[in-house]
Amino acid sequence: MEILVCVKRVPDTSENEIQLNAAGSDIERDELVYSINEPDNYAVEEALQIVGRVGGKVTVVTVGNEDDEEVLRREMAMGANHGVLISDDTFAGSDGRGIAAILKRFVEQGSYDLILTGVQAEAGAAEVGGMLAAMLDYPFASLVSAIEVIDGNKLKISREIEGGNKEISEIDLPCVLSIQTGINDPRYVGMRGIRAVASVPIATYGVSDLGLDPNSVGAKAAKVQRIDYFVPTVGKGAEILEGSREENIDKVLELVAAKGGLK
Amino acid sequence: MVASTQAAAQLGSWLAPGYALFLCIHFLGVGSFAYIVMRRMVPLVRAQSDLRFDHPLERLGRVGKFWLGQWKHPRYKVAGTVHILFFAGFILLAMRAFTVLILGTSPDFVMPGMRGELGHVYEVVTDYAATVVFLCMIFAIVRRVVFKPARYEVPSKFGKAHKADAVFLLALIAILMLADSLFEAAKAAGQMQAGQIAHFSAAYSLPWLLKTVFVSASLSSIGQFCFAGYLLHEITFYFLLCYRPFGIQFHVETSLFNVYFSKLDREVLKPVRWDVSEENLDQLTSFGVKTFEDFTWKHMLDFYSCADCGRCSDNCPANAAGRPLSPRFLTIKARDYAFQHYPMFGPTGNGKALVGGIYSEDEIWSCTTCGACEEECPLLIEYIDKIVDLRRGLVDEGRVPQSLQKPLKALESRGNPYGKMEKKRSDWINAKDFQQTCRVKTLDKNGADTLYFVDSITSYDERMHSIGRATAKILEHIGENFGILGAAEKDSGHEVRRFGEELLFISLRDQNAEAIRASGVQKIVTADPHALNALKHDYKNVPPVEHISQVIARGVKAGKVKFNPIEGDKVYTYHDPCYLGRHNQIYDDPREVLDAIPGLRRVEMKRSRDRSFCCGGGGLMLFYEPKEEERIGVKRVRMAAEAGANVIVTACPFCMANIEDAIKVAGLEGKMTAIDIAELAEQQMVREIPPQTKSTFEMQAECVAGR
Repeated sequence: MEILVCVKRVPDTSENEIQLNAAGSDIERDELVYSINEPDNYAVEEALQIVGRVGGKVTVVTVGNEDDEEVLRREMAMGANHGVLISDDTFAGSDGRGIAAILKRFVEQGSYDLILTGVQAEAGAAEVGGMLAAMLDYPFASLVSAIEVIDGNKLKISREIEGGNKEISEIDLPCVLSIQTGINDPRYVGMRGIRAVASVPIATYGVSDLGLDPNSVGAKAAKVQRIDYFVPTVGKGAEILEGSREENIDKVLELVAAKGGLK
Repeated sequence: MVASTQAAAQLGSWLAPGYALFLCIHFLGVGSFAYIVMRRMVPLVRAQSDLRFDHPLERLGRVGKFWLGQWKHPRYKVAGTVHILFFAGFILLAMRAFTVLILGTSPDFVMPGMRGELGHVYEVVTDYAATVVFLCMIFAIVRRVVFKPARYEVPSKFGKAHKADAVFLLALIAILMLADSLFEAAKAAGQMQAGQIAHFSAAYSLPWLLKTVFVSASLSSIGQFCFAGYLLHEITFYFLLCYRPFGIQFHVETSLFNVYFSKLDREVLKPVRWDVSEENLDQLTSFGVKTFEDFTWKHMLDFYSCADCGRCSDNCPANAAGRPLSPRFLTIKARDYAFQHYPMFGPTGNGKALVGGIYSEDEIWSCTTCGACEEECPLLIEYIDKIVDLRRGLVDEGRVPQSLQKPLKALESRGNPYGKMEKKRSDWINAKDFQQTCRVKTLDKNGADTLYFVDSITSYDERMHSIGRATAKILEHIGENFGILGAAEKDSGHEVRRFGEELLFISLRDQNAEAIRASGVQKIVTADPHALNALKHDYKNVPPVEHISQVIARGVKAGKVKFNPIEGDKVYTYHDPCYLGRHNQIYDDPREVLDAIPGLRRVEMKRSRDRSFCCGGGGLMLFYEPKEEERIGVKRVRMAAEAGANVIVTACPFCMANIEDAIKVAGLEGKMTAIDIAELAEQQMVREIPPQTKSTFEMQAECVAGR
């Protein structure tokens, strides 16, 4: 099975203090450390596990610039067979639809049975996977938490739905799936693995390689523009329980149960 | 001379009928043993290299101390004493056993130099030795069968009980001693009946008792006893020789070599491969131990040498807390694997992964590398290097628990496991109230004689900031010109290395070493024993490093540090951090500091000094979520309570984290507290030495009285 995983390099939320810049137009990006978007990492692991079971190859692709090679190499150190960087100055400022359009052209140049994305990236839009599927006219499923290959052209997938319930579906290949974290335990990538792929060539595609009209992508073509960033004002404080330890425990249990947390 | 010739003739006539049989058994026994040993050597030859052929004199010294001197044995009083007794017996009896074997085919054989009085003395001594060994075996069998010491039990998850085999082997030795005594007694009784002058015999020894029984029997039946004794001795001897390599008594043969080749510098972790330099690590296709053949030959010899005495696991904190690790079975399982896959006949090896086969991942991650097992092992078997090698294999295959992946990644990108920003590493020196009393400089622009290496937990964990501040205040008080590296400091990488991520460790070490050398300091002080251990043993070409407790102790001795009397009626106990105590033998300095505080009441926990019980593990172990029945730290806190203490003094920020947590989990909040030795020393330190007034004299008098 040929699997394509679309990945993104993002500021690592666990290793940064995210603050708005003075203009309020973006986050402060000095001194940030970046890593692969966490759900994308689960998607790569899932692709590797599928290939491990049924054979095939895994390609990781990202739309960005040479800094983003770092995450491609990390995923190749995990075991992905190929890394592809789609990079062009004209892509700058693309909105989600723009990114999906770029990826669509790349997908059309290859032959992939399955396309995976992480459920969402740091911007929280969770839009590229769905749009890519629509543009390709492929079936799409989001929040996928288990994948089983039934035969050469079908998958059985599990999706998380409201209240922690699971929904099991069959989906025809080729398709696009957005992968939920927790679907697997991604393998560790050590320094040694990264060094081993440090000089493996990474294919780079520009706007002309993909036969894209420069006017259809980038800031000019973007139909969604970010106009502001702000930190919401802090609402009313948390409820402080005052009572003996036993009373508080009872109260907490009651509250958690009321919110559907205990069954 | 005539008498001995007669005696030899008598013996010869008794044994002559068995001459051909004895010779057959000799050849069969020696041949089988040679074949068995050869087969046992097969995996060792395929194993990884291990440099153990250096420093022969030092190694011989260790043989004298740990093998011949049985150094570790008295740590377990009963078992240790019994072992010392029968070990001494075996050593004494070795020559006699060979002499007896040879007599079967050469009745007039005498060991060189044993013809005269010396021979008689040796006979008497060995008569008693055989008796002592016999009694020790009976005692050991009774102990195994009736008293059943808990540490010999085999938990069901580790397979079948070993008792039957152990008792069988003990019984065989008892039979060997009996056979030897039977032969000696019959020989002596025969000489007496033949009217020869019996030389002094060992009264009340086993041969003596048997002789008094035989002496009234007919000469022909004595001859038959002599023959039977010889045959039983020969069969038992060779059976034991050939059976021991299949179980727990193989150490009889291997222990000498295991001790000779034991690790000389225990503190220094094994390199990834002995035959590959650090610069060439990139050329390796695989890291660490994945299959059995990835172990070094010495580590395999360790497996063969384990006596199954259970002392390692008896002291292992992970085992005590119900984690899925028992050092004893780490070894036994590997030995069983070797026996199964390197059998006496047929094909050898299967190349399957050990973790996922005989070991579980959790088992390998459960070790805190505290070193209690290694401290205890009478045979000097190594565990930490094997655990680290197995972890290196897991890391190489990406099999790292999710809970450890984030901190490892953060160490790679930020130089600390918390993922906090580099510039915040020195935030602890900038707190206003601290800055007013103590100014700590960073060494990026300033120079200093001494570097205070803070390390990650003290830099970033708010609870530990007070350990850092106390350390700085003490250094300032004793007049050290010191500073910190600040943002240039990275995690020491101590646990990174012990968790198997060697290349990440090398990267952290190189960044630190470069920053340290660039700072131009002459010495390093740290309050973190893990950093101490890393800087001292894992780093090379950095200035000498000391723990703050050593600095304080020296300050006390030099009169630079004086303490105010302690108030209240608290009882203190000192918890030895593993990497300060066992790994660096710093036991006394912290105790001297505590005892220099007037009025401080200190008790020792049962498990202290080199038998100290780990707090639960430092560094990355704080992030690991082990499967356990009870936290290791909770067990430790209970030990302190048992000793009657209500303040636990530690000398390590990780111990502090674990113990403070454990106090809460154990429900001892309000009844027990923990304090770092630097915090306590700083709190009690006499700030300014006033001119010698009456009150100072009074105080000094109190100090003396308090001690």
